[in-house]
Amino acid sequence: MPADVQGDHLSSSIATELNTRGWDWYVDRIVSIGVFVGGVSAIIFIIGIFVFVTREGLDFALGSLDLKEFFTSINWRPTSERNPTYGILALMTGTASVTGLAMLVAVPFSLGAAIYIAEFASGRTRESLKVLVELLAAIPSVVWGFIGMSIMNPLIIEMFDVPVGLSVLNAGVILGLMAAPIMTTIAEDALKAVPDSYREAAEAMGATRWQVIFKVVLPAAKHGLMAAILLGVGRGFGETMAVLMASGHAINIPTSPFDSVRALTATIAAELGDTARGSDHYGVLFTLGIFLFVITFIINLIADVVVKGVGRQK
Amino acid sequence: MSLFARTGLDEHNRRVEWLVRTLFLLMTVLLIIPVALIMGILIQRGAPALSWGFLTEVPTNGMTAGGIFTALIGTVWIVAVALLASVPIGVAAAVYLSEYAPDNWLTRAINLAIINLAGVPSIVHALFGLGAFVVFFGFGRSILAASLTLAVMTLPIVIVATRESLQAVPHAFREACWNMGATRWQTIRRVVLPNSISGILTGVILEVSRTAGETAPIMFTGAAAFLPFLPQGVLDQTMAMSLHLYVVSTQVPDVPDALPFGVALVLISMVLVMNATSIAFRIYLRNKRKW
Repeated sequence: MPADVQGDHLSSSIATELNTRGWDWYVDRIVSIGVFVGGVSAIIFIIGIFVFVTREGLDFALGSLDLKEFFTSINWRPTSERNPTYGILALMTGTASVTGLAMLVAVPFSLGAAIYIAEFASGRTRESLKVLVELLAAIPSVVWGFIGMSIMNPLIIEMFDVPVGLSVLNAGVILGLMAAPIMTTIAEDALKAVPDSYREAAEAMGATRWQVIFKVVLPAAKHGLMAAILLGVGRGFGETMAVLMASGHAINIPTSPFDSVRALTATIAAELGDTARGSDHYGVLFTLGIFLFVITFIINLIADVVVKGVGRQK
Repeated sequence: MSLFARTGLDEHNRRVEWLVRTLFLLMTVLLIIPVALIMGILIQRGAPALSWGFLTEVPTNGMTAGGIFTALIGTVWIVAVALLASVPIGVAAAVYLSEYAPDNWLTRAINLAIINLAGVPSIVHALFGLGAFVVFFGFGRSILAASLTLAVMTLPIVIVATRESLQAVPHAFREACWNMGATRWQTIRRVVLPNSISGILTGVILEVSRTAGETAPIMFTGAAAFLPFLPQGVLDQTMAMSLHLYVVSTQVPDVPDALPFGVALVLISMVLVMNATSIAFRIYLRNKRKW
């Protein structure tokens, strides 16, 4: 048999063998399908959340809900026997005032801390500060709520000589302390994402450290910092247990930081346990859930677009 | 006068720099000090309640006396079942995103979904758990329903941590393996996962700590305010540490002052110890890494 024919035969047998779809090939296919399902599960869950919350709230939202009353009335009286009203205006001002105060507390401190950690601190100090901030972010919200009730409450009563210490001030400060570590971490990441060559170029021109920070680093990182603030707002807006426990939970449009208020999230947490499935009260709480879901979705979407905006610039 | 002597401008710049630096340091410290103070107060007022019996006895006398045993064990149940559900899904999702996903609209949608899962308020997760697991799938108020709710909520933590540690494995490792004729999955199983398993573990510990502390998602899906006995299976209700803290500090009259502080102290210790472990683990790994 001529050598080249034999060679042909050999190479074709190798080719056949390589073409055989063995056990490993099938396992590989199955796994790739498996991890794909895992990957899209996040999408399935986010759609699932919307579908199931809507499913429970839809009957009420389409049937008995008066949208104008829902958004413009301050009367939230879902348990009234004769004339229940479902106005969330007071709840929205409660959420807004608490979140607003929280941001007043958290934004300057977390941006300041992020600048210090990213631009001034170095080595061991930097690592320890980062670890500390991360640990602060881990404290559960129910513990924060408890701190608001048992430590901040008497403190506020004593310091400002007011009758009640569970108020916008209490919940706002607690929420600010809660949101600050997360905002610090994200803002620090944004500052670190500014290339060192920017800093070096500015320093080579004779700029001092703080000039580099204010004129070069902060403008370059501004989208990332905005995203950090937005995510902090989203966090404050959606916080439940801490606000429920520290805000006083009274339906009220606040006129001073010492007024008790009630938040949207806290209302669901406090009332859902007492409602029967299918009742109007149950339906309106799920409608509130849809509202919260849509708002946080929009906040997250904007934060995402803002960050992507940075990517396009480079 | 020499060429490099300090001018007035230099002095001014030095002073400004010192001022700015101190200001930012002060802001950082002011962020940490209140929390340190609060921790101090928690320890000081919670310590009297702590004893071996506090951890091993069931709550008695309308939750105004006794220990927290049932709540502790309940939290262990909820966390364990939540992990069983979320770790496989989360790791699969991370493997897909890191090893398979092309840069297309679907991948961007998945990433957006992950951000949103993490950003949706916990009370909305609670509504979802109630509507989906308790009512639609018919699990009733049970450990299973509560754990699945928490699993969905904490999924982003596992996905993000796992994806990061998978991507930290150098691409050359994979190429070397592919060149030996290994399939994608063989490469992932024998090369990528063994090199990132500790990073995945860090994420899992973080998830445990988050799951143990959450309250709102389990309030209506499976955690009960008071049960005198331990759960026998995943379809039972249970007490939980986080809800127990809420109940004894807001719902129960005549609770001795130290009791809720004791519960808060145990809960926060659990969470912080787990987080510290996770962080220490990460730092140790980063120093050990050979590439």
